[in-house]
Amino acid sequence: MSNVTIRHVHKHYADFHAVKGVSLEIKDKEFVVLVGPSGCGKTTTLRMVAGLETISEGDIMIGNKIVNELPPMDRDIAMVFQNYALYPHMTVYDNMAFGLKMRKFDKAEIAKRVNNAADILDIKDHLMRKPRMLSGGQRQRVALGRAIVRNPQVFLFDEPLSNLDAKLRVQMRVELKKLHQRLATTSIYVTHDQVEAMTLGDRVVVMKDGLIQQVGEPFELYTNPANKYVAGFIGSPAMNFADTMIEEVGNAVYATNPTMRIRVPEQIAARMGPYKGKPATLGIRPEDLHMATGADPEDLSFDAVVEVGEQLGSEIILDLKAGGSTMVASVEPTVKVKPQQTIRLGINPAGLRFFDATTEMAI
Amino acid sequence: MATTEMSVPGGGIIVGKPKWRPLESEGNLAMLLLLPTIALLLMFIAYPFMRGILLAVTNSKVGVIGDFVGFENFARLLKDPIFHAVVYNTFLYTFVTTVFKLILGLWLALLLNRDFKFKAFTRAFILLPFIVPTVLACFAWKWMFDPTFSVLNWMLFKLGVVAAGAGVNWLGDGDLAMLSIMIVNIWRGVPFFAISLMAGLQTISPDLGEAAAIDGAKPLQRFWYITWPLLMPVTMVVVLFSVIQTFSDFQIVYVMTGGGPANATHLFATYAYQLGVGTGLLSQGAAVSLAMFPLLFGIVIFQLMYIRRVETR
Repeated sequence: MSNVTIRHVHKHYADFHAVKGVSLEIKDKEFVVLVGPSGCGKTTTLRMVAGLETISEGDIMIGNKIVNELPPMDRDIAMVFQNYALYPHMTVYDNMAFGLKMRKFDKAEIAKRVNNAADILDIKDHLMRKPRMLSGGQRQRVALGRAIVRNPQVFLFDEPLSNLDAKLRVQMRVELKKLHQRLATTSIYVTHDQVEAMTLGDRVVVMKDGLIQQVGEPFELYTNPANKYVAGFIGSPAMNFADTMIEEVGNAVYATNPTMRIRVPEQIAARMGPYKGKPATLGIRPEDLHMATGADPEDLSFDAVVEVGEQLGSEIILDLKAGGSTMVASVEPTVKVKPQQTIRLGINPAGLRFFDATTEMAI
Repeated sequence: MATTEMSVPGGGIIVGKPKWRPLESEGNLAMLLLLPTIALLLMFIAYPFMRGILLAVTNSKVGVIGDFVGFENFARLLKDPIFHAVVYNTFLYTFVTTVFKLILGLWLALLLNRDFKFKAFTRAFILLPFIVPTVLACFAWKWMFDPTFSVLNWMLFKLGVVAAGAGVNWLGDGDLAMLSIMIVNIWRGVPFFAISLMAGLQTISPDLGEAAAIDGAKPLQRFWYITWPLLMPVTMVVVLFSVIQTFSDFQIVYVMTGGGPANATHLFATYAYQLGVGTGLLSQGAAVSLAMFPLLFGIVIFQLMYIRRVETR
């Protein structure tokens, strides 16, 4: 069993509280992604699991062993670094074999494992080359190879794809996913790219300012963000927000501001009790907006002025102004609009979310 | 006769003619920029070198122009026991000090490369022996090595190692004098090694050490398998510089012992100076300093070849 347990872990630097009480249970064979902006504590957390940073407070367990005091080599982990961290003076073969040599494996076993890994990663032809003769993608494969030959309990990935160009990144992302399906090793993956997080993770951990914001399966984070931060971070383009006041008229609840008057769907309205007459933030994803037609009710649509339209072929991304706030809508690619044109946008009521204006927690 | 272009007034094709700008030609500019360097090299390196060769094959003395004598001066050196000692001394001096400078400098570099309080200040402080003018530092050392008034002997006395009035005769004994000038050379040379090697260490990504730690390498193994090979190109260059400097060292010996006692600490440069200027035998002095040339040349070629091999690895 190689589950990883992180329990109330803190990291204090001299003048900076980088990780403020992170607790996380990672199951055996699970692929967990830590995602968040730079400085959110995700890399520090990973490095504490690796043993490259000391733990100021709390416990980290790998398997059923508390590893707080163990040096990296005794934790049975392998790590893939952002800049590959290949040994420049060694051949690809020696890079992959180094960890096995240090652990006193016999030559035949080392050769077997390295060749096997090189087969999986398709770098067999480069085994006798030096890292500097390889492309970025090949180097990252070698770094992966160095990790998998050891057959560790846990893989740690520290933004392994961010030094690659966009196309290669997508390709390597798919390969990483295949690799995990094949090896089924517990993995912790750090990235600042929410697309990577969504596509790779069995579960995604969104972090900000040293705290976990939400843990969940990718689709759960997308559909039920716990707070405004997660709502805005997950999804591309990002969710739109508008400041509104909550009003009750008859038995219906409305969210209003000078440019919109939106009827709150019943299942959410039921939770709106304490917010009546108070402000709340309305959230709607660009893909839940469309060009309004006669079928769209008045209280599920609003006017907006087009600023820029970006034709992507499969959709058009419209940058709009609605009252004081900017909005983004994803509409049919056949829509014809001009800058400064006023259009009416319809809302898919299932996509409406509301957040407490002060705590920013989902309502 | 009119061509198509000329038949259209004002609408023809104009072929732009470049202005005469001689300095935009790379060849001309290169010559111009090289000129000062060539002049300086000729004046301060080529001429003295040729002059030295000319002196070495005559029998000039101070006030006597001298006649051509071929290799007589060199033949004399082969039979000169002091010169034999000079060759031995120089090689011993260079080898021992370089080894110690490398070991101590590397040790210091590894320490300075870590994170600690007052790091910048300490790094600057380490450079002090390198900044102090050598001659001044040597006078201070000479005083510290003084048999009667020296601080070293005072310490030894206070520690109970020597009896009162029986201090170590640092510069008066041949072997101890050699040891003393080696200590000064090491003291002066370590900062250069430390700072250069530290600069080399800083080009090695800390990720490599971390990757090796995760790979299971213990600290000594990390040094041996990762740091040392990656530092090798810098180390070789630093050692090369140091060997050239040390092999032709003059100031320390001249100030501290003057080559004595009984020629026990003479190096090439000091013996050449003593013969040529001290005694006035210009040609013999020139022959001594010229004899240094093929030896040093051989060492440098060997090291450069090694550096090339390390770098293209």
